[in-house]
Amino acid sequence: MDVFRDQNWVLSVGTFLPLAGVLVMLFIPKAEEQLHKLVALVTALATLGVGIFTLMQFNYDNADKMQFVADHEWIPVIKSSYLIGLDGISLPMYFLSMVITLLVIIYSWNHIPNPGNPKAFMILMLVLQTGMAGTFIAQDLILFFVFFELVLLPMYFMIGVWGGENRQYASLKFFLYTMFGSALMLVAFLALFFKTGAESFAIPYLVENGGAIAKNTQVWIFAGMFIGFAVKVPMFPFHTWLPDAHTQAPTQGSVILAAILLKLGTYGFIRIAIPTLPDAAIEWAPYIGLLAVIGIIYGAFGCLAQTDMKRLIAFSSVAHMGFVMLGISTLTTFGLNAALFGMVAHGLITGMLFFIAGSVKERYHTLEIARLGGMLKQMPKLGWILGFCSMASLGLPGLAGFWGEFPAILSAYNPADGLPVETFRTFMIIAALGTVLAAAYLLWLFQRTAFGEPKAEFSGHGGHGDHGDEHSDIHDVNMFEWIAWTPLLIAIVVFGVVPNLMFKVLDPAVAVTLKAFGG
Amino acid sequence: MIATLAAVAPWKAPTIDYHALLPEIILAVGLVVVLLVDLFLEERGKWLLSSLASFSFLGAFVPVVTLALSDSGARSMFDGRFVVDDFSLVLKGLFILVGYVVVLLSTTYVEEGDYYRGEYWVMMLTSVLGMVMMASSRDLVSIFVALEFLSIPAYMLAAWRKRDSRSNEAGAKYFLLGVFASAVMLYGMSLVYGATGSTLLVDIGASLDDSRMTSVRVLGIVFIVIGFAFKVSAVPFHTWAPDTYEGAPTPVTAFLSVASKAAGFVALVTLLYIAFPLASDVWQPMIWVLAALTMTVGNVIALKQTNIVRMLAYSSISQGGFILMPLAVAGTNDSAQSVLRAVVVYLIAYAVTNLGVFGIILAVSRKTRSGEIASFGGLFSYAPGLAALMTIFMASLAGIPPFGGWFGKFAAFQSLLSAGGGWAYTLAVIGAVNSVVAFGYYGNVLREMWMRPAPDGDESPINAPSPLVLALGITTIGTLLVGILPGLVTHFGDLASLTGAFGG
Repeated sequence: MDVFRDQNWVLSVGTFLPLAGVLVMLFIPKAEEQLHKLVALVTALATLGVGIFTLMQFNYDNADKMQFVADHEWIPVIKSSYLIGLDGISLPMYFLSMVITLLVIIYSWNHIPNPGNPKAFMILMLVLQTGMAGTFIAQDLILFFVFFELVLLPMYFMIGVWGGENRQYASLKFFLYTMFGSALMLVAFLALFFKTGAESFAIPYLVENGGAIAKNTQVWIFAGMFIGFAVKVPMFPFHTWLPDAHTQAPTQGSVILAAILLKLGTYGFIRIAIPTLPDAAIEWAPYIGLLAVIGIIYGAFGCLAQTDMKRLIAFSSVAHMGFVMLGISTLTTFGLNAALFGMVAHGLITGMLFFIAGSVKERYHTLEIARLGGMLKQMPKLGWILGFCSMASLGLPGLAGFWGEFPAILSAYNPADGLPVETFRTFMIIAALGTVLAAAYLLWLFQRTAFGEPKAEFSGHGGHGDHGDEHSDIHDVNMFEWIAWTPLLIAIVVFGVVPNLMFKVLDPAVAVTLKAFGG
Repeated sequence: MIATLAAVAPWKAPTIDYHALLPEIILAVGLVVVLLVDLFLEERGKWLLSSLASFSFLGAFVPVVTLALSDSGARSMFDGRFVVDDFSLVLKGLFILVGYVVVLLSTTYVEEGDYYRGEYWVMMLTSVLGMVMMASSRDLVSIFVALEFLSIPAYMLAAWRKRDSRSNEAGAKYFLLGVFASAVMLYGMSLVYGATGSTLLVDIGASLDDSRMTSVRVLGIVFIVIGFAFKVSAVPFHTWAPDTYEGAPTPVTAFLSVASKAAGFVALVTLLYIAFPLASDVWQPMIWVLAALTMTVGNVIALKQTNIVRMLAYSSISQGGFILMPLAVAGTNDSAQSVLRAVVVYLIAYAVTNLGVFGIILAVSRKTRSGEIASFGGLFSYAPGLAALMTIFMASLAGIPPFGGWFGKFAAFQSLLSAGGGWAYTLAVIGAVNSVVAFGYYGNVLREMWMRPAPDGDESPINAPSPLVLALGITTIGTLLVGILPGLVTHFGDLASLTGAFGG
């Protein structure tokens, strides 16, 4: 039973298994569409199986320590190694990425967007999964960088090929923004490497030695990382790629983008930027907090101004990620826990909202809020799921969204030592106002799309008059949607009622991360 | 009588290590054989020539491997003017492999073209022979001879389609500017020789020193660097490259943009490391400016191109800027090692990727008969395999992991920053911004292939001839290997393996 005792293979298998599926699919002709879907599904299921095994084998009493660590020689001359591991911070996101990929593949069973070609679509999805999972387990900066970049091309193609009207512009914008960020991030990584004595790219080593760098230098290195991660999050001035990317991306792309890709940025702050450069983090925190609350308010007003449902959800992401960044900027265990919880909750809820938007689009062929209405009459189940997710998204207590938002606001009351308390309390008040706006735009969205009577152009459903066939797409939630959505809906409730399920995993690891701040 | 003569002129034949010379000997024999066989072949038997040429390359690769495996260390001949050390072996191996892949790329092209066949392979072999000699040259004279040896056949290859005015223009431009560059370089060499009294690089290295710089010495170094700036098409000495690349036959363009450029860099590196290591105050600022200009200007102009070969010409200029980038700190003792490694790794990654790109262009243009980027429209829908490979190559050129090019760029940044200091960081930021801008034009090709329809609606599949498929296979595997397991190539380019570098 050596295999079970010595478990450093677990993460590598979980990360690279999707590529095995890709390899199989490469040899299957394009015309075998069902077979491609099947292979992708089996691969995603097997990957999730490995993920569940990881969950079971994870030692929850030692959530603060790296587990399943594997360390192999990779590029010795630049002192970078294949160092991977999983702790309480990575575990939820790592697992979530596997769940989301599987659900998206199930959803794709009968929802392959135009222009079809399931082979390429599924291959990109699986490559994306490897990149996402890899980013969360990498404990070496160069490895992290490679995985971080690996998600770029598949997402670029997903938006650019299967996206909406304006897809080429949106995909290029997405790509250039992110690439610009990561180019500067890489320079910052290298600077960090040389300033810590050019010994190693291993994150644990850099955490140990990064604090010794002169404060001025730290501030500059942090600036490079900040741009890289802030573009990905996205934080306020760098967010403009997001509404375009989300609106144009196919449903599957939007879900993955919202649920996982945005978190790569926040995860980067928590895993790399803050622990390796503590002095700079203290300097930067008020500005990060400021941009975060600007994002909250700006995102909310952006939502109120939108006429397109998907674009509205995209802007709500900007606001929600603002809460996450506010939690991070307090540099307290309380704030970071809230941020990490918020990341998962936002992944579940906004992922769900994008699923719904996709299904609405498929039925009405439009997402223009003004043309929608009366969903509860026409499709009561879909309507109520939208209602449920809106409630979750606005932070209703008892659902997952609450535990990301409320503690994040609260944490700003008492930021870490060395941060300006008054400033952060101001942020707290502004962020609290943001939740009111969130309630406003989400309820308004729900009200406009679900309440009332269906609009005349869509009310012919059911064989009234000659418009019958035009609305034949309008039907309630179908089986594939139920299979894909139920796990998310259950998770939203479960984490809402028993948030400690996650907090107890996160907390020890967060405490270790913030060691340098005396928190 | 004979005894007295021998006493007067105590000339001894130099000891020749035939094993060390074997790659050159095999190439020389190969080119003679091709030339002779060509004379006696009927027209329909000419296909044999490409096989002969490729066997010559493969044959020449064998002694490179055996030399690399032998434990006898660096082999030096002719008073240290011809050295076979690990550094030169890596590059000989690279040149020979590039030659082999270019033969694969050319085979169908040459057979379908209506021009001289035998001469084509002879020129190709001769040029590679010059490159292989260049990798070992450690003397101003032999560097110059090797440079002409590799350049003159290349001029003729560029003009090989003699009834095509563009090809003539390509050859003429390349020739005139190449000769001009040679003249400038030769003038620089004569100044350096006059100032130091030696043509042997090691001796020059010992006497050229920042503390004893005179204007003649500075001028000599500056002229030599400018001469090579022409050869590697660094801005502002790049103007010949786009016209030559566009007009020359496509496989020749692949050859020029990879092998010829690499040979220029090899000579430049050898000179900087062995002949001018102590004069870094003279050349470091020059290289800094050249690198910054080359990547920026190359990139910006590439953005506007609509012809794919012309776009690749500017892209190759800008890639040259990235290779120059780390050399701007090569004189700093702590960075010298990693700079050398970065240059060698970058050359390898760039070579495999760029050859792959040209392989795809050749395959696609067989069907579309067009060189416009727009002709790649819809490729993904009718030739998904070629489109996927082109995606890998373009991503590699753009420096996106996990494809070869990223590690080249990474190594370049890493060695640059290892020197530290404001200048290095400034150049690194310029490089970082440029690597993003570059995606503008590489992404353009991706967009055509994946997101646009075929321009004339013609969606018939592409039949790539088998040599082309083999070439694509080699380059794809190379690109992926360098990108995913860079450790495989990083031990090439150890400073210790460059005999005579930094007085060591």
